[in-house]
This record gives sequence, structure tokens and C-alpha cells, in this order.
Amino acid sequence: MVGAAVPADDGARLWAVLESVPDPELPVLSIVDLGIVRSADARSRRVAITPTYTGCPATQVIQASVRAALDGAGFADVEIVTELAPAWTSDWISAGGREKLRAYGIASPTSRGVRAALCPQCGSPDTVEVSRFGSTPCKAQWRCTACAEPFDLFKCH
Amino acid sequence: MPSLPPIRPQDEARARALKTGEGEHGFDAPTEETNASALFDYALRLGDDALILGQRLGEWTGRCPSVEVDLSIANFALDLVGQATYFLGYAGKVEGKGRDGDALAFHRDVLDYRNCLLVEQPNGDFAQTMARQLLFSTWQKMLFERLVISSDALIASVAAKAVKEVAYHEELAAEWVVRLGDGTEESHRRMADGIAWNWRFVPELFDRDEIDSAITSQGIGADVASFREAYDARIGAVLAEATLDRPTDQRPILGGRRGHHSEHLGHILSEMQFLPRAYPDAKW
Repeated sequence: MVGAAVPADDGARLWAVLESVPDPELPVLSIVDLGIVRSADARSRRVAITPTYTGCPATQVIQASVRAALDGAGFADVEIVTELAPAWTSDWISAGGREKLRAYGIASPTSRGVRAALCPQCGSPDTVEVSRFGSTPCKAQWRCTACAEPFDLFKCH
Repeated sequence: MPSLPPIRPQDEARARALKTGEGEHGFDAPTEETNASALFDYALRLGDDALILGQRLGEWTGRCPSVEVDLSIANFALDLVGQATYFLGYAGKVEGKGRDGDALAFHRDVLDYRNCLLVEQPNGDFAQTMARQLLFSTWQKMLFERLVISSDALIASVAAKAVKEVAYHEELAAEWVVRLGDGTEESHRRMADGIAWNWRFVPELFDRDEIDSAITSQGIGADVASFREAYDARIGAVLAEATLDRPTDQRPILGGRRGHHSEHLGHILSEMQFLPRAYPDAKW
């Protein structure tokens, strides 16, 4: 309905729906935690998402999951647009998202340009890189020399 | 079967000038016609480089020296095919004839491909693959660093995203060149051979024609000449650390940007394009 008033809490409800959409590769994180949702506006009926990596196969799955979640919550008329610029960066992962990653066994990127990681199991900084590439484009493989556990590191990007 | 386009006299002259470093080596004068289609061609060049190298690297999947390397190379390929998806999709849009990225990837023949010759060269052994990767990724990274400020919004935003991925490719390739070059007698020999094999395709990366001229004058493309010195310095530093000699320059081989390819590209396409050509309406 053109010109219909948007309920005041629609914006909050829209964000809540988006927060319920998990990342297909990292199900403990929502796409909001990951910083994939760039904007969500209930008034203009528009949600903007950005891909994490140019070749990330999850991008299409995410688009489909967002569509399904919006449709299911009565936001069928909300448009999803893909924004390439500014480019996504791992700096956009929220503090809450980083904690969820750690609890899941994935270390978060440290300062830009520093190749280091805290073991998500025991917290030790005595860790070594095993492989710069891992099971998905966003992860590298590391090992803790203190507790000897292997772990994934979310790459600084 | 269509015959290959003839080698033009100006290409011969350019190859000579590139080899000796003498003479007038610059832009061809752009014509109105080239200006109109230059953006389409430029997007194809960027996309085809990424697509063909991505496809080539995919051949390594499951066959690498170790599982970590297998993951790395598969990830390189994934990044590159991702770049190609954006650039070829954009080329189709610019062309405006209803072709999408898939149509351009799967329904173009060898003569219509615009990738540089380096990316279509055979993988050879692991050393030859990593040598090619170093030579290409170093160039691509420097190019993308400049395309970040392109006046074309799509090219600028894809470059800004992809440059971070390419930095990983360049870094890992350089580490392998050093590790193998400065390794055993055999690994040194193999890496020296790998660099030597790929060396003659480097000048083409820095060749400029009327498309580059048109696209650079509009602020869309980057002038490759602006980073030739930085490229030589970086490659020189990696080779030095790898205890490898810089190969002597041979006669450069050009032509990829105009569709004049080596025999290898046809074999890549016959494999890559088989399914969509055999079953044109196939859907996943």
C-alpha cells in the first residue's frame, strides 16, 4: 500500500529478523554480527548487504536466506540490494560476534598487519600458522603450541 | 575452422621495441570506434585473466603436494572466478546485447577471449605454477591498487575488494618461489625452469594498445607503465632472495589481448565449456 504509515517498531523488527539469519558457513554468527548487513530501512523498504569475499559461495545462500526470513516475517515487499562499496572488512565483525566465534573455536583477526592469534581454547598467544588458507575463503589454519590444539583463524581482510 | 588473426606489423614493431627498450613504445591512437567499445573490451580483459587462471588453478585440486597447498590453490581459484563473475557480468551489461557473465564465459570461442597469454600457460610442475602465480599476482595486485580510484564505480569497488585477496596470492607465491629457489638442488633447478618458462609472457602484461589508451584517458583504467619499475623491483627482490638469476629477456610474445592465443587456451575452453555447450539449457 503506497503511503501507508510504517509502524514505529517496524525498523526494530526488521533488524531482529536479520539478526535471526545465520551465516551458512559459521552458523553461530548472524549476518548482522558479521557486518554483512550494511543498512536496513523499514521506511524505504530496503535492506543492503555486502559480500565478504568476491568468490564466496555463501553470498548466494545468504541472499536466499535473507529473502526467506523477510518473506516469513511479513517483509515480502522489502527489497534486498547488494552493495560492493565500501568493501567488506573483517573490522566490521561486531564485538559480540568475536566472542561467539571464540566460544565456537575460531580465533578473530588481531591488528592489521600482525600475524598472530590467541588460541580460542586456552587463550595462549603461543600459536603458529599451519596454512594461510583453510576450509573457507575467510579462514586460515593455526595450531596452539601451548595446548597443542589446532584451530581456525578468521583472516584479517 | 577460422584461421588465427594475422600478426599485424604494429605488433611486430611493438615486440621489437619491448625487447630492446628502444624506439617509440607507447599508445596507439584511439579511434572513435575503439572508444565506444573500449570499456567492454577492458572489462573482458580483467574478467578473462581471472577466469582462465582460476580454471587453470582448479586443475590442481586434489593433486597438490600437501593438503594445505591444495586448499590454498583452490582458494586462489575461487577468488579469481569470483572476480571474473563481476567483471564478465559487467562486460555483458556494458555491451547491452543481453549476454550475461555465463554467456560470455561459456559461449565465446578462443578468438573472442581477451586474457593475457601468461594465465593460459600449462601448470607444468608445482614450481612452474608458483612461478606463474608470482609473475601474475604481483602484476594484478599493482594494477588493482591503482584501479581502486577508477572513475568507473563497478571496477573501483571490485578492485578494492579483490586487492586484499590478491595480496594473499602474491605473498604465498613469493614464499614458495623463495622456498623452492633457495631449497635443494632439484627444487632450485625446477623453480629456475619455472621462472624461465613464464618469463617471455611478462612483457605482454605491460603492453599498451588503443583500448588502454581510450580507457586510461577516461580515468577508468590504470596505465600499466606507471608500475613497471615497481614490478621489476619487487620480482627482482623475490628472485634475489630465492637465489635465482633474472632470466635474460627473449623476444616478447604478444597477442592475447586481441584474441591471438597459444594452443593451450582452446584445450582449457573445451573442458570448461563442455557442459553448457552440450546442454545449453541445463540448470543446477
